[in-house]
Parts: sequence; structure tokens; C-alpha cells
Amino acid sequence: MTALTLVVVLALLYRPLGDHIHRVYSGTSDTRAERLTYRLLGVAPRREQRWPGYARSVLAFSLVSILFLYVFQRVQNHLFLSLGFPPVTDHVAWNTAVSFVTNTNWQSYAGENTMGHLVQMSGLAVQNFVSAAVGLAVAMALVRGFARSGSTTIGNFWADLVRGTYRILLPLAFAGAVLLVAGGVVQNLAGPHEVPAALGGTTTLTGGPVASQEAVKQLGTNGGGFYAANSAHPWENPNGWTNWLANLLMLLIPVALPRAFGRMVGQNRQGYALAAVVAVIAVASVVLTNVFELRAAATVPQAAGMAMEGKEVRFGLSESATFAASTTLTSTGAVNAAHDSFTPLGGMMTMVNMMLGEVAPGGVGSGLYGLLILAVITVFVAGLMVGRTPEYLGKKIAAREIKLASLYFLVTPVLVLTGTALALANRAGLAGMLNTGPHGLSEVLYAFASAANNNGSAFAGLTTGTPWWDVALGVAMLVGRFVPIVFVLALAGSLARQTPVPSSAGTLPTHRPQFVGLVVGVTVVVVALTFLPALALGPLAEGVGG
Amino acid sequence: MTRRLGVAVRALLVLTVVAGGLYPLVVLGVAQVFFRHKADGSLLAKGSRLIAQDFAGSPRYFQSRPSATGYDMLRTGASNLGPESVVDVPGRPSLLTQVCARSKRVGEREGVSGARPFCTGSGVGAVLKVFPGRVVSVNEPCPAVPFMTEYQGVNVECAQKGQSYAAGRTVPIRGGARWTVPPDAVTASGSGLDPHISVRYADLQAARVARERGRPVEEVRALVRRHTDVPAIGFMGEPGVNVLALNLDLDR
Repeated sequence: MTALTLVVVLALLYRPLGDHIHRVYSGTSDTRAERLTYRLLGVAPRREQRWPGYARSVLAFSLVSILFLYVFQRVQNHLFLSLGFPPVTDHVAWNTAVSFVTNTNWQSYAGENTMGHLVQMSGLAVQNFVSAAVGLAVAMALVRGFARSGSTTIGNFWADLVRGTYRILLPLAFAGAVLLVAGGVVQNLAGPHEVPAALGGTTTLTGGPVASQEAVKQLGTNGGGFYAANSAHPWENPNGWTNWLANLLMLLIPVALPRAFGRMVGQNRQGYALAAVVAVIAVASVVLTNVFELRAAATVPQAAGMAMEGKEVRFGLSESATFAASTTLTSTGAVNAAHDSFTPLGGMMTMVNMMLGEVAPGGVGSGLYGLLILAVITVFVAGLMVGRTPEYLGKKIAAREIKLASLYFLVTPVLVLTGTALALANRAGLAGMLNTGPHGLSEVLYAFASAANNNGSAFAGLTTGTPWWDVALGVAMLVGRFVPIVFVLALAGSLARQTPVPSSAGTLPTHRPQFVGLVVGVTVVVVALTFLPALALGPLAEGVGG
Repeated sequence: MTRRLGVAVRALLVLTVVAGGLYPLVVLGVAQVFFRHKADGSLLAKGSRLIAQDFAGSPRYFQSRPSATGYDMLRTGASNLGPESVVDVPGRPSLLTQVCARSKRVGEREGVSGARPFCTGSGVGAVLKVFPGRVVSVNEPCPAVPFMTEYQGVNVECAQKGQSYAAGRTVPIRGGARWTVPPDAVTASGSGLDPHISVRYADLQAARVARERGRPVEEVRALVRRHTDVPAIGFMGEPGVNVLALNLDLDR
């Protein structure tokens, strides 16, 4: 029922929000706040960049962000609202800085006993906005590559960054935050403090600016919880309504982006085709995750009578399973239940969702560029079958384009599989596992799938606040984010230069169900071929072996 | 590149002021003016309505769900033990044994059967390690009498201290038991602070609470109904009984 209403509401918002995003990135007028911002930055928003310049701007901004966030955490004890917490240790600060800048929000720390309110509010939450805006910017640059003809430039990064933040993320996050507070999420500046307890004595409560962070955590598909328990925490997600809203917020922008794409290339039906790909994969995944959790096919869930370990009564099985699917289908990574304690196959679904490359619908921006790369690969595969030079939206997919697209898709499997292998091959890596046997392998595999795909959720039994894990996952997040971004921008540059060829009788139509089916097929086959052996040793061994 | 880095620094500073200063403070203002009670954490006379407290050892009260982190708001979280965590390690009971032990305890407390599938009568996981010609009940250290005497014609032994049985095949034994104690009473929540219990678990506890307080059970059940939170708009979430609000009301 929850999933059904989400689908309906998302379908209703698909056009208005997609059209709004299209206007934001195609418009030629600036608001007063934007003009002031550009003056402070010293940039000319209309000065277009070639792809290398655009890429260098993305990297410069992200580098500065990582350094700033690292230092911020390291000196938090000297700042106000630190709640008396000491500086964050060096490896945790590195991991966290990379994690939030890459839109991953892997958390090797527990918010409530590590981060002061100022770091949360003005450090981590800021990256929740701007890392999402960076994703949007890169996606829009790629779309311009398809939309433009004979152009050497793909837009201005600084203008895209500011517009995305001011006109899309801030207003939606504000509305979301107010609705969340109205639903019972806390928003105050109280630190840990004692209050009388029911049985006498006292109990410690610790508040904070939670709602403002929660809204953008979901909206920007970030997922880093204010508290360690993330969206399972009753002050971060107190009831069914806030849970539904959180679910909607994380799907909102990624689902509407195909519409913006369709508008920008002047063919709405191309947007519908991509949205259909998303819908097919996402609905299948949500249904399967629900089925597996309800069946409770494993020893402990059978003993307990229901797979309720790690789940909250107010969400029950179904809303935990649906949330788990949405959070891994998007690159959010917020959790309202402990994925580590899911049934083997339910837990596997969350892993598979990430391994799909975060495209159904994926992260803010990153989902759309991932989808477009998949579409490029699909027309290439289809072109090989019929022996024609493939083209997508009139742009020829020649050697350079397909090389960039393939490289894009090789990055994450390489990171996930070599990362997992490295962790299993050394003592510091093995030391992190809480569970033994196939489930221990699942924890490690999940961690690298999550980091490399910039998801950020975890099989949280894995102890990762150690130097080895913090550094290894930090590298996986960094490479998994920015190397693909460079390939995407290079592809955008080479597509923008081309003048479109008119379609002929031999052109594969990319708006028909046939093409939707092909893209879904390519996605699933690529993932299956890459990850099946690893999945067989982890969740499948656990789920089928018993 | 220096110029570009300069722009990047300025961009981050401006966006930090807007998204990291203005935005949360405006939300804070709206929250504190219009939704003060909720923004401060839905506080009751003693604690927050949304944060579970520990009532263990006080039979006059309804008991909260188990917490993997001791109901500590400064380190929230779940057990994170997997669905096939069935073999105990010294000092670290498996998830299965934790479920079995809780079930036995709750059963004794409420005067009902605490038996469940895959659990021994002594409240540990009913799990065998099977070797060629040898079978060990791995969660029952000697001198315990194993929960079953033989498995496929082989005598079942108790587990010797200090022995590793890792090499054996793990065989959990379902047994014929059915559960009476509800699932949420034997599993730890995701946050460690779950403020609710299922209606079924509350009904199970009502008789004992009524007896301990010398009040008619209908009266206690009426209070349970009053403190049952229903799903928003009829379908968002699952019903749950708010333990703290219920207990505070009982004391009134």
C-alpha cells in the first residue's frame, strides 16, 4: 500500500518537477541571490566551459570540500556547539570527509557521540546539498552533450552548482524539513542532557538540528544519519508518516530527472522510456525484497516467527523492506532497519540494487548519467547485432564514445571485487567482520558495493572505524565517484561536438518498449555476469544452503 | 588552477553560509515557533514519548522490546547479527540463542510457554555440528544433557569446553514447538530505542501488570488501547503500543 501510493505520487510529480529542473538548467535569467553569489565567487555564469574545464571545476570544488570538511572535524573542539566532543580521529575524519563529498555518506562513526552540532549542520549537511548539486550538474552537462550540436562547451559548472542548490534542493529540503518537524522529527540545539526517568533516577536524551539534516539527507540521496541508528531512530523517523515522506524525498529528484532529460533533448518520449526502465527494475526489486522478508526463510527469522530482528514495530516488515529497497535503488543509504539482520535473500536484494550501478533510479544526477551510459551501451550492443553504426538521439556512438561508456561501467566492479579480495586477504580487513561464514563475506562485499557505488548503507555488523577500513573504503568512494564523473564529462564533450545525423529506417528507435526491455536486459546481464560468483559465496550460500 | 581553487573556496564558503547556516536556523525558527513540543522531542513528564526506557525487573510495568545497546541514546543501533547466526561463541551468544533465551524468560514472566522452533527447552539455539560418525549439540556445553539423544543414528554429545567445532556441518533442528511469545518480544529493534511493542505483546503482558497492581485486567486493557498508536492515514506504518506513555498512565 505504501509502495503503491509512492508510485502514484511520484507519477503525479514526474512532469511538474522534471519540467522545473529543465527550466532551472536551461533558463537564462538569474535570481538576485544568484547574481550576488556569482559576484562573491567572481565567476561569469554565462561563460561556458569545455569539458576539461568543467571537470577541473568539479574536481577543484570537491577537493576543497574534502579538505575543509576534514579540518572542520579535526578542530571541532575549538568551535561552538561542539557538545564537548574531542576532535574526530584522523582516519575517521578522512573517511567521513570523502564519504560526504562523494554523496556516499558511509558512516564509520556514531553521530550522537562523535560529531558536534556545528559539524553536522554546517559541515556534513552542507555537503548533503552540494554533493547532490554536483551530481545534478554533471548529469545536466551530459544531457547538454546529447542536446547540443557542433558545440565545444557543455555549460558552466559554477552556475549549475549554484542554481541546483538554490532553486531545487533548498526549497524542497525546506518544505520537507517543515513537514518532518510537523510529523515529530526533532529540531533543536540541545546536547546530551539528563531528564527524570520513569523508574526514578535519570535518563540521557540528546537532541540536535535533526529535521533540517534529515530532509536533505533523503532529498539529496545522501543517507548519513544524524544518529547512528539513522532512520530507525525514533527522533529521526518517529512514525509511518515521516517514514513515507522520507521514502518519497529520496525518490523524488532521481525519478523526475528522465523528464528533465526528455525536455532538454526535445523528445519527452525518450524521458518516458528511461523512466520505464527505472520503474520495471524498481518495482521488481521492491516486490522481491518484500516477499523475501515476509517469507522469513532462515533459521533465526523462523525461530522468532517473523524477521523482526533489527526492525522497528512502527514500520514492521513491509515498510522496512520497501525502505531498504528504495534506499539502495537510489544511492541514499539511509536505513530504517538493520540490513545485516535481513533474511539472506532480502539482504541480497539490497546488495544487488547497489550492484546494478545505482540506476533505478539511482542518486541525484548520478542515476541519470548512469542510465544514459547504459542506454549508450545498449544501442551499441543492438548495433552489433544488426551490424550498423549505433546512434543514440542522433549522436553516433563510435569508438571513443563506447570506450568511455565501457570504462565508466568497469570502475565499480573493479573496486568492489578487488576491494573485497584485499579485505579478505589481510588480517586488518578480516578483523572487521562481526558475523562468520558466508554472512561475514556478505558484510565485506556489501561494504565495498556500498562505497564504490556511493550508496553508504551497510551491513553494519562490520566494524569499520579502524585505519585499514577507513582508508580502504575512502579510496573506494573517491575513485567510485570521480573517475566515472570524468568519463561522463569526456563523453559529454565528445557528444556535444557532433552534429546529429537524421534517423533512418535502420535506426533503432529508443523510445519503444523494445528498447526499454533491451536496457533492462543489458543492466541485469552485466550485473549478473560480474557479481554472480561473489553473490554465490555470500548471500546465496547462506540463503540456499540451509 | 589557482584561480579555480580560489573560486572553489569562495563557493564553498558562500554555500556553507546559506545551506549550513541560514537553512538550518530558519527551519529551527519555524520548528520552535510552530511545533515546539514535537521539535523538542515529544517530551512527557519523565522522558520522551519516542524513546524507549528500560523497565526490566519491574513487573508492575509493561516491558519494552529488547535493546541491543542497553536503551542508551548515546550509542544507538541494532545487534547486526545475521539470520544464520546460530552457533554460540564464549562470551558472544548467537542471535538464535538470544532469541531462545528471551523467549524462555518472557514465557516464565508471563506464565505462558516460552518454547519456539529451533530452541532447546533450556533456552539456547538447538543446533548440531555434524561430523562423520560424531554429532555435537554445539550450544550446550558439558555437562549439559543434549536436547536430543541421537541424530541419524549417532549419539549426540554435549560441547567440550575449548573445542572448536567449526569444521562440522551446521544443522539447526526445528523441533515441534510453536511460539506463544510474540516475535517483537524476542528480537532487538533497529534503533535500540523502539518506543513501541506489538499489540499482541501488550495483551500478553496485561494480565501480569493487572495482577501486580491489583487492578481489573479490563481496565489495563483499556489503557493499552488508549496508548496504541495507529498508522497515519490508515496505512502508513504498523500499529504499536507506546510503552512509556502507557506505564506513566498506569502510575497516575
